[in-house]
Amino acid sequence: MIEFHLDSRSGVAPYRQLIHQVRHALRLGLLHEGDQLPKVKDVAAGLAINPNTVLKAYRELEYEGLAAARPGIGTFVTGTLDGGSLAAHGPLRRELQRWLVKARRAGLDDESIEALFASTFRSASEEDIA
Amino acid sequence: MTAVIETEGLGKRYRKLWALAGCTLSIPAGHVVGLVGPNGAGKSTLLNLATGMLAPTTGTIEVLGNRPAAGPAQLARVGYLAQDAPLYAGLSVADHLRLGAHLNPGWDAELARRRIERLGLDPKQKAGTLSGGQRAQLALTLAVAKRPELLILDEPVASLDPLARREFLQDLMEAVAEQEVSVVLSSHLISDLERACDYVIVLVDSRVRVAGPVDELLATHHLLSGPRRDPGSLPGGLQVISASHTDVQTTLLVRTSGPVFDPAWAVSEVGLEDLVLAYMKQAARPVPGNNHRRLEVQK
Repeated sequence: MIEFHLDSRSGVAPYRQLIHQVRHALRLGLLHEGDQLPKVKDVAAGLAINPNTVLKAYRELEYEGLAAARPGIGTFVTGTLDGGSLAAHGPLRRELQRWLVKARRAGLDDESIEALFASTFRSASEEDIA
Repeated sequence: MTAVIETEGLGKRYRKLWALAGCTLSIPAGHVVGLVGPNGAGKSTLLNLATGMLAPTTGTIEVLGNRPAAGPAQLARVGYLAQDAPLYAGLSVADHLRLGAHLNPGWDAELARRRIERLGLDPKQKAGTLSGGQRAQLALTLAVAKRPELLILDEPVASLDPLARREFLQDLMEAVAEQEVSVVLSSHLISDLERACDYVIVLVDSRVRVAGPVDELLATHHLLSGPRRDPGSLPGGLQVISASHTDVQTTLLVRTSGPVFDPAWAVSEVGLEDLVLAYMKQAARPVPGNNHRRLEVQK
């Protein structure tokens, strides 16, 4: 079971934050098909948010085909977002860790690393499109 | 579905002073409604009219389709928590629950017992020795355990510290999820209510400035910024809520039903707090004497 959190300063609507966290957990393999999402009542009580906000997020996930409600029981994961690539995560992560060590040795701080990654990511995506 | 509160031209006057005027509202069931406005705006007056403790000077009000406090059956359908969680200081927690059981036909003793246990309150403790947060929780327990269809809370968190405030709202949201009760709660700070409410009413100077579902309000209000220009030159269909100018730039908060296409404006979303503050600021401005201060755009 995952646990939701809210960033009230992010400016992102709370129901969007919940959706994002479910999608994120699906991508990272923290949630699998058949897993139950936290009960609406528990999320509302835990985060002090309106139950309708949680319902709205769950409805949106249902619409995306990622979850389904079973009346009286709860909402369950029915889809996946890892695209079968989960097995590749481990090796990729290790490669990335090695790269991070190299970047730090070269004297890059966190912000420079993020900036370099983001700009490389963007130019690579643009090449893909072109 | 019946509106939980429906008012038409509702007003309340104390001697010469109008505490509430021209209030026309229809609040649908199933919401947690935040009634927001500065101190003295008329929030408590509106809530007291809804509970039937005050009678209107003008207009009408219906609560759950009936006259407020029309009889025992109507009283049982509405739970009310007044400001500062009034309790009997000399009575124990258990005494309060016994009182609740005697006074309310639909009393849910099991629910009350479970809540007190979960809150970790000692049934033998006198209410006068409880902390502010505990008193608020006990008062909420009494209001919830009568199993109302509508729960009215007047400034429930104003006097609580941040932790007690969060705990109170967590508790309230759990009750809403469990019992499907409609809630109207007031506060002078929208930030207190932002997570909890899905419907907002802004009340300033005895008048309703804006009311509606939060999603709808956020979807129809935008922040526009661009080169300085006269608000009079704006396209139709835009209602300007607030405007600020520097020598080169104009920033507007507008309400519009459609998208804003004018490429001269950078359009961004607006948060609930900024939206509410803009309406409060708008109301606080002196009555406009010339067209420049009259910012409503019509075509």
